[in-house]
Amino acid sequence: MAEMQIKPITMNFGPQHPAAHGVLRLVLEMDGEVIERADPHIGLLHRGTEKLIEHKTYLQALPYFDRLDYVSPMNQEHAWALSVEKALGIEVPRRAQYIRVLYCEIGRILNHLLNLTTFAIDVGAMTPLLWGFEEREHLMGFYERACGARLHAAYFRPGGVHQDLPDDLLRDIRNWAQKFPDFINDLETLLTENRIFKQRTVDIGVISYEDALSLGVTGPCLRGSGVAWDLRKTQPYDAYDEMDFDIPIGKTGDCYARYLVRVEEMRQSLRIIEQAIDGMPSGPVIAQNNKVTPPDRGQMKQSMEALIHHFKLYTEGFHVPEGESYTAVEAPKGEFGVYLVSDGTNKPYRCKIRAPGFYFMAAVDHLSRGHMLADSVAIIGSLDIVFGEIDR
Amino acid sequence: MTETNMPDMPVTEDTETALITMADHIADVVDTMTVSCAVVRGEIELRVNPADIPQVLTLLRGDRQAAFNQLIDLTAVDYPEREARFDVVYLMLSMNNNMRMRLVAAVAEGQAIPSVTNLFLSANWAEREVWDMFGIFFSGHPDLRRLLTDYGFEGHPLRKDFPLTGHVEVRYDDTQRRVVNEPVHLVQEFRDFDFLSPWEGMQTQIAPDAPGHDDSEQKG
Repeated sequence: MAEMQIKPITMNFGPQHPAAHGVLRLVLEMDGEVIERADPHIGLLHRGTEKLIEHKTYLQALPYFDRLDYVSPMNQEHAWALSVEKALGIEVPRRAQYIRVLYCEIGRILNHLLNLTTFAIDVGAMTPLLWGFEEREHLMGFYERACGARLHAAYFRPGGVHQDLPDDLLRDIRNWAQKFPDFINDLETLLTENRIFKQRTVDIGVISYEDALSLGVTGPCLRGSGVAWDLRKTQPYDAYDEMDFDIPIGKTGDCYARYLVRVEEMRQSLRIIEQAIDGMPSGPVIAQNNKVTPPDRGQMKQSMEALIHHFKLYTEGFHVPEGESYTAVEAPKGEFGVYLVSDGTNKPYRCKIRAPGFYFMAAVDHLSRGHMLADSVAIIGSLDIVFGEIDR
Repeated sequence: MTETNMPDMPVTEDTETALITMADHIADVVDTMTVSCAVVRGEIELRVNPADIPQVLTLLRGDRQAAFNQLIDLTAVDYPEREARFDVVYLMLSMNNNMRMRLVAAVAEGQAIPSVTNLFLSANWAEREVWDMFGIFFSGHPDLRRLLTDYGFEGHPLRKDFPLTGHVEVRYDDTQRRVVNEPVHLVQEFRDFDFLSPWEGMQTQIAPDAPGHDDSEQKG
């Protein structure tokens, strides 16, 4: 009998699939169970953020950043706030810098909790998700107490943060931070040496050093491939240069290494959180420059000048001098950058958002070739895909 | 509230000199292909002609001292009033030097620009996005399809002459039993507020022969 020829088949993965982490349509060309080519079709969540920002004032543009990577909203706001501050050339008060660092690290833990636990459920472990979301609930409670919203915070503003933290919040965050290492240990007992988890992740989706650079991979995925590169260390912004923390790196560049890097990053984030609480200076939380930041409520009741400033800021907004700049922060997923072109008016002329996930998604084809169908799920899970930022 | 007298970003002298040294070095490496090379607000900006881009990026990546080996992002900016209306911007990172630079090339509408996908894998999707959003054609790209917009979409949304509301909207049609495209129907006219200050920018808004116009208003 002649050898049977198996025809390659094309398969649709998504757009509605729980393991696609959002609305991803992945067209897979399969040779039996092996992926020959993966063609991700993205854009199903495209909202035209960059176009909308061109039609908004600098302050109105800020909440759009919460809606990009909705898992760690404040980290994105941070990039926008820093880029506007850079264009304006304003200084941020020390207390605001510390609050931002504190909340960025809370955001990082929020993000890694979601990623690690959904990654685990993708490869078959259900319990981490149930445990992890309980912790996320605590953290979103801290978000809510600072700014009134659990997700779409709009808390970091150009010049500082919107409001000071309420009393006792720092104490509660510290109490939580003391208990959290136990959770990380529990999570690790479930996954790190778990036979099934390792079978699904070790040596799957290996990113080599050269590929990582060429693919534009950043963040934990880059560090999983053994590159010690973290913008918090190499190009520190706000108060990160005063914090003492380590950069975990992986050795193998596979899905398992990325998992390990994220677990260790949560521990390092806790260290930063504790230092930020200990070293929290007192003072104003937003630059005292009423041409850019609003006066406080009390002043507005007394001073005509303050009232005029408030009115002008919330109708016209502030003007940003002409120029171009690129500002990047180390968001939990990787390098999140804002390329801002201002033309001297109160609205950005062009704002390009560099989302780390976009380049991860572009790498999926490269990474999943030659792997089995089930591995593509592990690869997508380990890359940390959130469609809010990919589709923008 | 225009803040023209605000101090520039505090760039320490060391980084500033390092940036200028690097900018000079880049200008040396790229040599005759340089249109301009300068440090603006603490960032290196190199302008070249679009045809030279692959060669410039190869040189900058291969050069030991510069070593710009990561294409962080690729985007474009639309200036409809210019003859070469687009600026294509390549944001580069050198991990060895811990430095960034941007490479800018002005491109006219309809002019193709050579693709750099064979140099950086990350350029693949970035170029697709620029093609989708601006309609800038990259010659030599292996798979230049639209990326973010819908299947069968027409137009290039990030061009300045593309309206914010778009041209079509989609809805599910019960009788045809499929999703249909229809021209946008706005219940309320689209409002784009012009908040530019009336008491700081009045001069340009009043025509000289407009009724009620006199000298006292110009002083405003």
